[in-house]
Amino acid sequence: MTAPVIELRGLARTYPGPPPVFALRPADLAIEAGDYVAVTGPSGSGKSTLLHLLGLLDSPTAGSYLLDGLDTSALPDRDRSALRGRRIGIVFQAFHLLAYRTALENVLLAELYNQTSRSARLQAAVDALSAVGLGHRLEALPTTLSGGECQRVAIARALVNRPSLLLCDEPTGNLDSRNAATLMELLDQLNSGGLTIVIITHDAAVAAHAGRTVAISDGMLSERIGTGHA
Amino acid sequence: MPRPGAGLPTPRLTVRDTAAEAIAGIVQRPGRAGLTMLGTVLGVGAFVAVLGLTATSAGQISRQFSVLEDTTVMVADNGPANDVAPPGTYPAIGFPADADAVAGHIKGVAAAGVWWPVALPQGTNFSASQALSGETSQTVNLVAVSPGAVKAMVLTMVAGSPLSTYENDTAQHVAMLNTTTAATLGISAARLPSHPAVFVNGIAYTVVGIYSSAQRVVSGDSGMLIPENTALEDYGNPQPGIGSQEEAQMVIATRTGAAQEVSREIAPAELPTDPHRLVVTPPQNPLKLQGEVNGDLAGLFLILALISLLIGAVGIANTTLVAVLERTGEIGVRRAVGARPRHIAAQFLAESTALGTLGGLIGTCIGVGIVVIFAAAQNWTAVLNPVYTLPAPLIGSVVGLLAGAYPALRAARTSPLAALRHA
Repeated sequence: MTAPVIELRGLARTYPGPPPVFALRPADLAIEAGDYVAVTGPSGSGKSTLLHLLGLLDSPTAGSYLLDGLDTSALPDRDRSALRGRRIGIVFQAFHLLAYRTALENVLLAELYNQTSRSARLQAAVDALSAVGLGHRLEALPTTLSGGECQRVAIARALVNRPSLLLCDEPTGNLDSRNAATLMELLDQLNSGGLTIVIITHDAAVAAHAGRTVAISDGMLSERIGTGHA
Repeated sequence: MPRPGAGLPTPRLTVRDTAAEAIAGIVQRPGRAGLTMLGTVLGVGAFVAVLGLTATSAGQISRQFSVLEDTTVMVADNGPANDVAPPGTYPAIGFPADADAVAGHIKGVAAAGVWWPVALPQGTNFSASQALSGETSQTVNLVAVSPGAVKAMVLTMVAGSPLSTYENDTAQHVAMLNTTTAATLGISAARLPSHPAVFVNGIAYTVVGIYSSAQRVVSGDSGMLIPENTALEDYGNPQPGIGSQEEAQMVIATRTGAAQEVSREIAPAELPTDPHRLVVTPPQNPLKLQGEVNGDLAGLFLILALISLLIGAVGIANTTLVAVLERTGEIGVRRAVGARPRHIAAQFLAESTALGTLGGLIGTCIGVGIVVIFAAAQNWTAVLNPVYTLPAPLIGSVVGLLAGAYPALRAARTSPLAALRHA
């Protein structure tokens, strides 16, 4: 039996005060390969804290986080960087594309630290952009792309290194309903292809795409069974 | 290479990729890059231009200096070891009667001759023929010269001719005047054919030539030259001994490069029986002279150029720091896709170094251009020391590297989470 992609054991994050803020109270959670999980909750509930911990952008103050069976809490920065680069793809609400770089260059950026050949990187970036339907906008600057296209570039960037986990932080937050729907279709397709997706949202319609929904309130995780379409 | 920890290759950023990222960072913001470079451009440009101009002008100064200095040897008569001259007189001069010819046989001598300032009693009166109604003067420097000395002095003649060997051999009462003396005494060039005379305490000297300047021995001051033998007849032997200011001397004009050899040979040739009586003053080593001139000026201007560079460095440091703060979001994204702190530092350091190098290159070109244009305008030869000029772009690199160090360190220390929140 393979290890879960994500396994949280009493994972907690406290911001030292005064007064101390319990952003994430000790939580246990297992996410298997191919799962499509929505984390929902109101603003300030701890959703983003959880995403940052899962994305290895932040470190827990207690508990452990196993990614593909590997305890990340004990890893040095270089290994955490390697995991961020190879195993995790992150999509942000604000896209975080470099304004002066073309769509292709923004995707290539994710491969820069990979030790692969330049030609292989270029091919992978073109493939990733083609996979999200932007094969014809390779040389476009983010300023000339629509919000939906920018978010698809961000997804291509997150997927170009073939991660085992895709983390999405309010991916539709800056999109209109039509672009949001297109994006969610894309995520559904990616999940159908076997990609593990964790999506942070406060939008019930978005959460409805996920097979599992984990609610978070005041830093407490609780899983609702039976929601979602899958 | 897989590592046991995460089982993944450690993220790496190759030198080529670092350079490509740095160039992309510069090219994508050309306006900002240009302004950031400006400090280094000015600093390195000033460095190259100032040192180039210093070397060019110093080269020019020392060239003018050295052509004359290089080819002039002076020999002074220090007097005999045992002075047996009767009281009230001085011993015969240390140079033989054929001193000019002896010196002329030494290889490298262009012209040589004996001269001395004639000591006159106080209140000596100089006046011209009464018909010329010239004023009297008491401030004329009377100089005894051999024909060889006249040649070695290289006189610029205004009228008449220089003193001849015949006039010297037969101790004629003839004289040459410089233009100042001639004017004071009312003797113009036009009057020379009528053989005007100058009276020195009643002794008449026919003026045979008027000169305006001389390259050696005599200055532009009031001066009158009479043949050596005439002076000996009229005023006796000069007082020997260095320091008397009246001792007989020999001026030798040498060919370029021959002065040192001539200096070694002249005393034994002129006075084989007592060569030490003649004190030879060779020219200063020309390379040493140029070095002294260049060294003094270059030292001063080097400090000024370094100050310019420091200002350039502060400019780069400031702009890079602002860029780091502005690009915090980019740092966050790079960390999120696997960059390590050292990769972030390397990127910003490479950018500031590339900016410095580019600024250094442009500055060097501008500096060289200024030196060449300046030299061309002055009709001088541009002198650019490769020791300063060739590494000048590298000075820009070092400035960029040092200036980018703190901002790069700061960028590297930015936590990915804080960086993304900032974006």
